[in-house]
Amino acid sequence: MTTANLDQLRERAQFIRTETVRLIEIAKSGHYTSVFSAAEILSTLYYHTMSISSDPKWVDRDRLILSKGHCAVGVYPILADKGYFPTAWLDNYARIGSPLGDHPDMRKVPGIDFSSGSLGHGLSIGLGMAMGLKQQKSPGRAFVLLGDGELNEGQIWEAAQAAAHFQAGNLIAIVDRNGMGLDARTEETMRIEPLADKWTAFNWQVHECDGHNLSELVNTFDNLPSNSDKPQVVIAHTIKGKGVKYMENSRLWHLGYLHGADAQATIEEIIHYEHA
Amino acid sequence: MTTAKSTQTKSTEQALGLKEGPATRDAFGEALRELGRTNAKIVVVDGDVSNSTRTEYFAKDFPERFFNMGIAESNLVSVASGLAAAGKTPVAASFAVFLLCNAYDQIRMGVAFPKLDVKLVGSHSGISIGEDGPSQMAIEDLALATSFPNFTVIVPADAPSTKAATRAMFEYEGPVYLRTGRPKTAIIYANDGTNGSTEEIPFEIGKANQLREGNAVTIIACGIMVAMALEAAHTLSQNGIEARVLDMHTIKPLDNEAVERAARETGAIVTAEEHLITGGLGDAVARLVAMRQPVPIQFVGVNDTYAESGEAQALLKKYGLTASNIVDAAKQVIARKS
Repeated sequence: MTTANLDQLRERAQFIRTETVRLIEIAKSGHYTSVFSAAEILSTLYYHTMSISSDPKWVDRDRLILSKGHCAVGVYPILADKGYFPTAWLDNYARIGSPLGDHPDMRKVPGIDFSSGSLGHGLSIGLGMAMGLKQQKSPGRAFVLLGDGELNEGQIWEAAQAAAHFQAGNLIAIVDRNGMGLDARTEETMRIEPLADKWTAFNWQVHECDGHNLSELVNTFDNLPSNSDKPQVVIAHTIKGKGVKYMENSRLWHLGYLHGADAQATIEEIIHYEHA
Repeated sequence: MTTAKSTQTKSTEQALGLKEGPATRDAFGEALRELGRTNAKIVVVDGDVSNSTRTEYFAKDFPERFFNMGIAESNLVSVASGLAAAGKTPVAASFAVFLLCNAYDQIRMGVAFPKLDVKLVGSHSGISIGEDGPSQMAIEDLALATSFPNFTVIVPADAPSTKAATRAMFEYEGPVYLRTGRPKTAIIYANDGTNGSTEEIPFEIGKANQLREGNAVTIIACGIMVAMALEAAHTLSQNGIEARVLDMHTIKPLDNEAVERAARETGAIVTAEEHLITGGLGDAVARLVAMRQPVPIQFVGVNDTYAESGEAQALLKKYGLTASNIVDAAKQVIARKS
């Protein structure tokens, strides 16, 4: 990975954040901070890690299931950028008649690999895809972006158990470990630590990294084993609302609406944000 | 496994010459195995009950296409969704009650909403599973399955039509719920000497089979209640009342035309189902009749209660699911005709 590529990934992460602010102003409601914690993860996956093509239906592509479906607003600009649908669709985001809703619909949006919005289902969906891909001897992998709060759901652990049992080495879970749920910090609401130990106990191979450090993300994904019989999990340590100081680690912006000068000022802040 | 007992009464056999046949779950299992040979896209996920749902027949012949997901129905259904999204045609099988009740949200979000080609098969439906008791008895499953947009819901009456239904289910692309039962079931579709071959069984999704003509009342039934409807019609005929009998094997989409015609031509309807009288066949028929051709209706089914453990025949009698209950309902509904 060259520096230039890292610069491109950084620019795309910034693009994800600024577009999120722009689109939510159109919808008048949206999930800022859940996108912002995942911006570098999404940038790395879509612009470096995943094997995808100009055809969103390519059978051997890598899939991404947005188990935390409320981050879809940050993914739509990427899919438009990939040419999967006209960028003009973005300008009508979440308005009546638009294919682009607050949560993603695979039947309406090219490039969305599965519909989501009820938390806790995505890892099982990814496992089913991984099993199907493996059976047809496809090199395709299934990536699943999980929120950390949704790890409270029992189904996640049903899927974790089954994925190890079926040796789904082509299943990669990514935990956006921003530490915050809707009401409070995850550890206050319902403790999920020791998280790495749990995945290890479920017989997954565990990787941890700084989820905003593009170099670490790139290295982590580059070093995933290609022929493992263990499912892989990347615990990406992130900050909810990352990239906008007044949103970072705040529970006030999980769902919100910025407009006019406020939206513009926030976009300016994102552009001038000093990343470590 | 205990030996499943028949729900058929001696009087049915004597009156109609209906012979006892295999359970509908057995027929499903056999048909699935047969289809597995020609349709390589079929894969099966089961929840550690393959010897009860009969997906074990498929598992034995196609072990590489069978995944036992253990006792975790939510995960099982979502895995099926993922398999469908990867180009497979998955069957997700378990006891009807656990499949629909435990995994309702997963079915909604991962099967119904994206309209995926997932075939849900729930066995051990209704109260005729007997001694296993009310926790295992699906009496709400039709209400839950028919509540989903994009869903097709099928309740076959006997073993031969279950095989036909299973074939039809795979010819159709989209979400289906197929309901099977545990006990041996009277054979309806091969007893007239002309339908000896299962291939000849009339089965079209969404199209009722009229089994008997009549003009005084129509009995609309599904599942094991179809045999009882025929028995009831026989009894009514001996009393000078000619009842039409419809095997409404598809609850959704309902055969609106057959129901409307029944209302118009016979002026009274009895529905019969091994399910709560709310949310299933009776409700669907009543809704259509109310809109198109209002006539009196009586409902035979489980009436707002859970059942109990017991011998299947005794349970069906205690909870009002017999031919005699249908006869009574028919007489009552005829008396209400204006």
